[in-house]
Amino acid sequence: MNKLKKIQYNCKQATFLIEKRQLTKLTFREAIELRIHLAGCSVCRLFDQQSHIINALVKQLLKDADKHEIRLDDQYKQQLHTRIEDELNKK
Amino acid sequence: MLIAEPLVNPHKWVERYADYLYAYTVSRINDEELARDLVQETFLAALQRVDKFEGKSAERTWLTAILKHKIIDVYRKRSSGLVLNDVKQAEQEQQDFFEADGHWTAERRPVAFGVEDNDPLHNKEFNRILEACMKKLPALWLAVFTMKHIDDEATSYICSELKVSDSNFWVIIHRAKLNLRACLQKNWI
Repeated sequence: MNKLKKIQYNCKQATFLIEKRQLTKLTFREAIELRIHLAGCSVCRLFDQQSHIINALVKQLLKDADKHEIRLDDQYKQQLHTRIEDELNKK
Repeated sequence: MLIAEPLVNPHKWVERYADYLYAYTVSRINDEELARDLVQETFLAALQRVDKFEGKSAERTWLTAILKHKIIDVYRKRSSGLVLNDVKQAEQEQQDFFEADGHWTAERRPVAFGVEDNDPLHNKEFNRILEACMKKLPALWLAVFTMKHIDDEATSYICSELKVSDSNFWVIIHRAKLNLRACLQKNWI
Protein backbone atom coordinates (compact mmCIF):
# COMPACT_ATOMS: atom_id res chain seq x y z
CA MET A 1 0.00 0.00 0.00
CA ASN A 2 1.46 3.38 -0.84
CA LYS A 3 1.64 6.14 1.73
CA LEU A 4 -1.41 8.04 0.64
CA LYS A 5 -3.52 4.92 0.69
CA LYS A 6 -2.25 4.27 4.19
CA ILE A 7 -3.39 7.58 5.61
CA GLN A 8 -6.62 7.32 3.72
CA TYR A 9 -7.50 4.33 5.83
CA ASN A 10 -5.79 5.23 9.07
CA CYS A 11 -8.06 6.98 11.57
CA LYS A 12 -5.50 6.82 14.33
CA GLN A 13 -3.05 8.85 12.29
CA ALA A 14 -5.80 11.18 11.09
CA THR A 15 -6.93 12.00 14.64
CA PHE A 16 -3.31 12.65 15.55
CA LEU A 17 -3.11 15.21 12.75
CA ILE A 18 -6.47 16.70 13.73
CA GLU A 19 -5.09 17.42 17.20
CA LYS A 20 -1.83 18.73 15.86
CA ARG A 21 -3.59 21.03 13.40
CA GLN A 22 -5.41 22.79 16.21
CA LEU A 23 -2.15 23.86 17.78
CA THR A 24 0.36 24.26 15.03
CA LYS A 25 0.77 24.43 11.29
CA LEU A 26 0.91 21.03 9.64
CA THR A 27 3.55 20.29 7.07
CA PHE A 28 2.33 20.45 3.50
CA ARG A 29 2.32 16.69 3.27
CA GLU A 30 0.44 16.24 6.54
CA ALA A 31 -2.16 18.78 5.51
CA ILE A 32 -2.80 16.99 2.22
CA GLU A 33 -2.96 13.62 3.93
CA LEU A 34 -5.45 14.84 6.45
CA ARG A 35 -7.61 16.49 3.86
CA ILE A 36 -7.78 13.32 1.83
CA HIS A 37 -8.64 11.30 4.88
CA LEU A 38 -11.36 13.62 6.08
CA ALA A 39 -12.93 13.78 2.65
CA GLY A 40 -13.64 10.09 2.89
CA CYS A 41 -14.17 9.52 6.60
CA SER A 42 -17.28 10.85 8.30
CA VAL A 43 -16.30 9.36 11.66
CA CYS A 44 -13.12 11.40 11.79
CA ARG A 45 -15.01 14.49 10.66
CA LEU A 46 -17.24 13.97 13.67
CA PHE A 47 -14.15 13.51 15.84
CA ASP A 48 -12.79 16.78 14.54
CA GLN A 49 -16.01 18.59 15.39
CA GLN A 50 -16.20 17.07 18.87
CA SER A 51 -12.56 17.83 19.52
CA HIS A 52 -13.15 21.52 18.85
CA ILE A 53 -16.18 21.52 21.13
CA ILE A 54 -14.17 19.90 23.91
CA ASN A 55 -11.45 22.54 23.59
CA ALA A 56 -14.00 25.33 23.82
CA LEU A 57 -15.66 23.72 26.84
CA VAL A 58 -12.40 23.16 28.67
CA LYS A 59 -11.42 26.76 28.11
CA GLN A 60 -14.73 27.96 29.40
CA LEU A 61 -14.57 25.69 32.39
CA LEU A 62 -11.34 27.22 33.54
CA LYS A 63 -12.54 30.71 32.83
CA ASP A 64 -15.58 30.12 35.01
CA ALA A 65 -13.28 28.96 37.76
CA ASP A 66 -11.49 32.26 37.48
CA LYS A 67 -14.78 34.04 37.91
CA HIS A 68 -14.71 33.35 41.62
CA GLU A 69 -17.18 30.52 41.66
CA ILE A 70 -14.73 28.67 43.83
CA ARG A 71 -13.85 30.46 47.03
CA LEU A 72 -11.46 29.99 49.88
CA ASP A 73 -13.20 29.72 53.21
CA ASP A 74 -13.08 32.81 55.38
CA GLN A 75 -11.32 31.20 58.27
CA TYR A 76 -8.40 30.18 56.12
CA LYS A 77 -8.30 33.63 54.58
CA GLN A 78 -8.15 35.17 58.03
CA GLN A 79 -5.21 32.93 58.90
CA LEU A 80 -3.48 33.85 55.70
CA HIS A 81 -4.00 37.51 56.34
CA THR A 82 -2.58 37.25 59.84
CA ARG A 83 0.38 35.32 58.54
CA ILE A 84 1.14 38.02 56.00
CA GLU A 85 0.81 40.77 58.59
CA ASP A 86 3.20 38.88 60.85
CA GLU A 87 5.73 38.60 58.08
CA LEU A 88 5.40 42.29 57.30
CA ASN A 89 6.00 43.19 60.93
CA LYS A 90 9.16 41.16 60.98
CA LYS A 91 10.68 43.33 58.32
CA MET B 1 -6.75 64.11 50.59
CA LEU B 2 -5.91 61.42 48.10
CA ILE B 3 -3.01 59.18 48.94
CA ALA B 4 -1.71 57.26 46.00
CA GLU B 5 -1.73 53.57 46.71
CA PRO B 6 1.66 51.90 46.52
CA LEU B 7 2.35 49.53 43.63
CA VAL B 8 2.29 46.59 45.96
CA ASN B 9 0.05 46.42 48.95
CA PRO B 10 0.41 43.10 50.79
CA HIS B 11 -2.11 44.19 53.42
CA LYS B 12 -4.80 43.84 50.77
CA TRP B 13 -3.57 40.69 49.06
CA VAL B 14 -5.82 38.18 50.75
CA GLU B 15 -8.90 40.31 50.34
CA ARG B 16 -8.19 41.05 46.72
CA TYR B 17 -6.53 37.97 45.26
CA ALA B 18 -6.90 34.93 47.54
CA ASP B 19 -10.12 33.70 45.93
CA TYR B 20 -8.82 34.27 42.44
CA LEU B 21 -5.53 32.50 43.05
CA TYR B 22 -7.30 29.66 44.81
CA ALA B 23 -9.78 29.14 41.96
CA TYR B 24 -6.95 29.36 39.45
CA THR B 25 -5.11 26.60 41.28
CA VAL B 26 -8.04 24.30 41.95
CA SER B 27 -9.01 24.30 38.31
CA ARG B 28 -5.52 23.25 37.36
CA ILE B 29 -4.52 20.75 39.98
CA ASN B 30 -7.80 19.56 41.39
CA ASP B 31 -6.73 19.22 44.98
CA GLU B 32 -8.24 21.74 47.37
CA GLU B 33 -5.89 21.05 50.25
CA LEU B 34 -2.85 21.47 48.08
CA ALA B 35 -4.35 24.52 46.41
CA ARG B 36 -4.68 26.28 49.77
CA ASP B 37 -1.06 25.54 50.52
CA LEU B 38 0.03 26.88 47.17
CA VAL B 39 -1.87 30.12 47.66
CA GLN B 40 -0.14 30.61 50.98
CA GLU B 41 3.26 29.74 49.54
CA THR B 42 2.67 32.19 46.73
CA PHE B 43 1.94 35.06 49.09
CA LEU B 44 4.94 34.25 51.25
CA ALA B 45 7.26 33.93 48.26
CA ALA B 46 5.94 37.20 46.91
CA LEU B 47 6.62 38.93 50.23
CA GLN B 48 10.25 37.90 49.94
CA ARG B 49 10.44 39.52 46.55
CA VAL B 50 8.34 42.57 47.13
CA ASP B 51 11.34 44.87 46.84
CA LYS B 52 12.03 43.60 43.37
CA PHE B 53 8.54 44.19 42.07
CA GLU B 54 8.80 47.01 39.59
CA GLY B 55 5.18 47.42 38.76
CA LYS B 56 5.69 46.47 35.15
CA SER B 57 2.68 44.21 35.41
CA ALA B 58 -0.38 44.39 37.58
CA GLU B 59 -0.05 43.02 41.07
CA ARG B 60 -2.39 40.16 40.29
CA THR B 61 -0.45 39.17 37.18
CA TRP B 62 2.73 39.17 39.16
CA LEU B 63 1.27 36.95 41.88
CA THR B 64 -0.21 34.63 39.27
CA ALA B 65 3.18 34.23 37.64
CA ILE B 66 4.68 33.14 40.94
CA LEU B 67 1.81 30.73 41.46
CA LYS B 68 2.22 29.29 37.96
CA HIS B 69 5.72 28.13 38.76
CA LYS B 70 4.49 26.42 41.88
CA ILE B 71 1.79 24.64 39.91
CA ILE B 72 4.34 23.43 37.38
CA ASP B 73 6.42 22.06 40.26
CA VAL B 74 3.39 20.05 41.30
CA TYR B 75 2.90 18.76 37.74
CA ARG B 76 6.51 17.74 37.64
CA LYS B 77 6.39 15.92 40.96
CA ARG B 78 3.21 14.13 40.04
CA SER B 79 4.51 12.86 36.77
CA SER B 80 8.00 11.92 37.81
CA GLY B 81 7.16 8.51 39.28
CA LEU B 82 9.39 5.77 37.96
CA VAL B 83 6.44 3.71 36.85
CA LEU B 84 3.71 5.89 35.55
CA ASN B 85 0.86 3.61 36.36
CA ASP B 86 -1.82 6.07 35.41
CA VAL B 87 -0.28 6.54 31.98
CA LYS B 88 -0.01 2.82 31.42
CA GLN B 89 -3.62 2.34 32.34
CA ALA B 90 -4.80 5.14 30.09
CA GLU B 91 -2.77 3.78 27.20
CA GLN B 92 -4.29 0.40 27.68
CA GLU B 93 -7.76 1.86 27.42
CA GLN B 94 -6.87 3.19 24.02
CA GLN B 95 -5.97 -0.17 22.61
CA ASP B 96 -9.67 -0.77 22.08
CA PHE B 97 -10.12 2.46 20.13
CA PHE B 98 -8.43 1.38 16.91
CA GLU B 99 -7.93 -1.80 14.95
CA ALA B 100 -4.38 -2.87 14.15
CA ASP B 101 -4.64 -1.07 10.79
CA GLY B 102 -5.68 2.22 12.42
CA HIS B 103 -9.42 2.01 11.77
CA TRP B 104 -11.80 2.93 14.54
CA THR B 105 -13.21 -0.17 16.19
CA ALA B 106 -16.95 -0.65 15.83
CA GLU B 107 -17.51 -0.42 19.60
CA ARG B 108 -15.48 2.69 20.31
CA ARG B 109 -15.80 4.83 17.21
CA PRO B 110 -17.13 8.33 17.79
CA VAL B 111 -20.87 8.77 17.67
CA ALA B 112 -22.63 12.10 17.87
CA PHE B 113 -23.07 13.48 21.38
CA GLY B 114 -26.29 15.14 20.33
CA VAL B 115 -25.14 18.47 21.75
CA GLU B 116 -22.94 19.47 18.84
CA ASP B 117 -25.40 21.92 17.34
CA ASN B 118 -27.16 22.72 20.54
CA ASP B 119 -25.06 25.24 22.41
CA PRO B 120 -22.96 22.73 24.35
CA LEU B 121 -21.28 25.58 26.21
CA HIS B 122 -24.36 26.03 28.31
CA ASN B 123 -25.14 22.43 28.92
CA LYS B 124 -24.42 22.06 32.65
CA GLU B 125 -24.65 18.30 32.81
CA PHE B 126 -22.32 17.88 29.85
CA ASN B 127 -19.83 20.22 31.49
CA ARG B 128 -20.00 18.30 34.72
CA ILE B 129 -19.15 15.05 32.95
CA LEU B 130 -16.32 16.72 31.12
CA GLU B 131 -14.86 17.87 34.41
CA ALA B 132 -15.04 14.37 35.83
CA CYS B 133 -13.38 13.01 32.70
CA MET B 134 -10.53 15.49 32.98
CA LYS B 135 -9.87 14.24 36.49
CA LYS B 136 -9.42 10.77 35.10
CA LEU B 137 -6.58 11.73 32.80
CA PRO B 138 -3.06 10.78 33.88
CA ALA B 139 -1.39 13.65 35.72
CA LEU B 140 1.19 14.26 33.03
CA TRP B 141 -1.38 14.30 30.26
CA LEU B 142 -3.61 16.70 32.12
CA ALA B 143 -0.64 18.95 32.79
CA VAL B 144 0.38 19.02 29.13
CA PHE B 145 -3.21 19.47 27.99
CA THR B 146 -3.92 22.29 30.43
CA MET B 147 -0.70 24.18 29.80
CA LYS B 148 -1.27 24.05 26.06
CA HIS B 149 -5.01 24.48 25.67
CA ILE B 150 -5.77 26.73 28.60
CA ASP B 151 -2.62 28.63 29.32
CA ASP B 152 -1.47 28.79 25.73
CA GLU B 153 2.13 28.16 26.69
CA ALA B 154 4.75 27.61 24.00
CA THR B 155 5.31 23.97 23.17
CA SER B 156 9.04 24.25 23.79
CA TYR B 157 8.38 25.72 27.24
CA ILE B 158 6.02 22.90 28.19
CA CYS B 159 8.49 20.30 26.94
CA SER B 160 11.36 21.70 28.96
CA GLU B 161 9.32 22.31 32.11
CA LEU B 162 7.71 18.87 32.12
CA LYS B 163 10.69 17.10 30.59
CA VAL B 164 8.95 15.55 27.65
CA SER B 165 10.40 15.32 24.15
CA ASP B 166 8.80 17.16 21.28
CA SER B 167 7.49 13.98 19.67
CA ASN B 168 6.16 12.72 22.98
CA PHE B 169 4.42 16.04 23.45
CA TRP B 170 2.30 15.48 20.34
CA VAL B 171 1.60 11.91 21.32
CA ILE B 172 0.32 13.12 24.69
CA ILE B 173 -1.81 15.86 23.14
CA HIS B 174 -3.38 13.26 20.88
CA ARG B 175 -3.89 10.66 23.56
CA ALA B 176 -5.31 13.05 26.10
CA LYS B 177 -8.00 14.10 23.64
CA LEU B 178 -8.77 10.53 22.59
CA ASN B 179 -9.38 9.53 26.19
CA LEU B 180 -11.28 12.65 27.09
CA ARG B 181 -13.59 12.27 24.14
CA ALA B 182 -14.12 8.56 24.74
CA CYS B 183 -14.89 9.22 28.40
CA LEU B 184 -17.48 11.81 27.42
CA GLN B 185 -19.11 9.44 24.99
CA LYS B 186 -19.20 6.66 27.54
CA ASN B 187 -20.74 8.74 30.28
CA TRP B 188 -22.98 11.05 28.32
CA ILE B 189 -24.71 8.79 25.83
